[in-house]
Amino acid sequence: MMEYAIDVNNLTKKFGNFTAVDNISFNVKRGEIFGFLGANGAGKTTAMRILCGLSFPTSGKGTVAGYDIATQSENIKKSIGYMSQKFSLYDDLKVWENIRLFAGIYGVPEKEIEPRTEELLKTLDFTSERNSLVSKLPLGWKQKLAFSVAIFHNPCIVFLDEPTGGVDPETRRQFWEMIYEASDRGITVFVTTHYMDEAEYCDRVSIMVDGKIEALDTPLNLKNKFRVNSMEEVFYLLARKATRNE
Amino acid sequence: MSAIEINNISKTYGTTTALDNISFNVKEGELFGLIGADGAGKTTLFRILTTLILADKGSASVNGFDVISQYKSIRNDVGYMPGRFSLYGDMTVKENLDFFASVFGTTLEQNRDLIEDIYCQIEPFNNRRSAKLSGGMKQKLALCCALIHKPSVLFLDEPTTGVDPVSRKEFWEMLHKLKKKGISILTSTPYMDEAGQCDRIAFIKQGKILTIDTPAGIIDSFGEPLFAVSANNMHTLLKAVREYPEVKNCYTFGEYHHFTVRDVKFKKAGFLSYLGSLGYENISINQITATVEDCYLKLSEL
Repeated sequence: MMEYAIDVNNLTKKFGNFTAVDNISFNVKRGEIFGFLGANGAGKTTAMRILCGLSFPTSGKGTVAGYDIATQSENIKKSIGYMSQKFSLYDDLKVWENIRLFAGIYGVPEKEIEPRTEELLKTLDFTSERNSLVSKLPLGWKQKLAFSVAIFHNPCIVFLDEPTGGVDPETRRQFWEMIYEASDRGITVFVTTHYMDEAEYCDRVSIMVDGKIEALDTPLNLKNKFRVNSMEEVFYLLARKATRNE
Repeated sequence: MSAIEINNISKTYGTTTALDNISFNVKEGELFGLIGADGAGKTTLFRILTTLILADKGSASVNGFDVISQYKSIRNDVGYMPGRFSLYGDMTVKENLDFFASVFGTTLEQNRDLIEDIYCQIEPFNNRRSAKLSGGMKQKLALCCALIHKPSVLFLDEPTTGVDPVSRKEFWEMLHKLKKKGISILTSTPYMDEAGQCDRIAFIKQGKILTIDTPAGIIDSFGEPLFAVSANNMHTLLKAVREYPEVKNCYTFGEYHHFTVRDVKFKKAGFLSYLGSLGYENISINQITATVEDCYLKLSEL
């Protein structure tokens, strides 16, 4: 079994003259909760698209779930889950229909879908909501369901792109407890967030500035290194140096 | 005169109650924060106050103008930045500004001093289509457009959601400057550190106001001891703390878990040996002062 869920070296992505991702190298251990931080426009989304097999690097090498990002992107897509606050579930489909759809997309074997759907609904205490439209669910429930759907096929890694953007403190905490559970089950969690208290919930975090990874360590080590008391301050110290403004 | 007066406002959509008999005032020149979950009714209230929808019951006024009979005066007098990016994506930065200025019968030049600090940051992108701006830039442009006619009251619906910590800080520095210029501001936010920067805040849940006070007043009303705990394994620690009989509530809070206790006579020593017996190391337990976020969590459990 491979040691790293993600292992990339000298990854660079250029759009014309613009270097969105500038020679980044890092790895994420299996089962780790890895926080991928950075200001708006630092290059996080571009990097994440490459890691999810949706885009290819201009140069550099890497593997995700053991598959080569340059040549095996279809295998990568089957080994990962993805969720974001902006897009996660179809509002106009019922709860069971969303599970059925994503299970199919992620390639869960046909005969496993039904029993596992039952199991999931039971675990979430959602059995009575099976036929509810997702648009009718409260946000907290929607998020729980979206996350469960993203890991329904037991992926090696789940990518969470600002999963808690705009969410109230109570719901954010419930969500992070689900992340803890997934991580304890061995699923690697790769998460972006603008909430610096959530950076503290990660095993390690990286901070991206102008396309480069400027810092990567445990939250405690980063705070010690920069001699500050919070991740918020670490972030300011690094991100305010940014010259790229778009 | 209050900048905003809200009296017994209710609004339902079908069987859903969005606002349930809400009343409060925002004073002239005040920076007032509305804090609540998605679906709490914040946007509905903004839309009633900006005269875009009608309440079922109750009355409200902005700058003394009634939201129903004098809606035209309100529209000339307020700036509104909706939660969703609502500028014209296929128009450039400059075109959007000129458009909103001309709708209000003014020009960018006339009110440039009010928006100068913000506008200078997006001016280099004058010819870029607004849909192609980054999140932080879009917010800055939207704020400029909301300010272009020198409104006396500014409505901001989650202006910093999805915005990174550095841009958020800049955005709030701007709000403090606008407040100094005498503009009254009603803003909503999911960020509790921002709530602490408001003159007063209201917690809203399921269409009802839970409390209204200054941030300091809200913190004072927490009214029970609060502790922060950390140890080597934070994931399992959460469960261990919750299972301790004397603990009432425990939740994650950045690098610590915060917890309240059932009895004020709670002894740290007993708790410490309980955690030690479970094998935890590097345990730290401290009594702390509650933050606005702790207060929100406590009130929203009710």
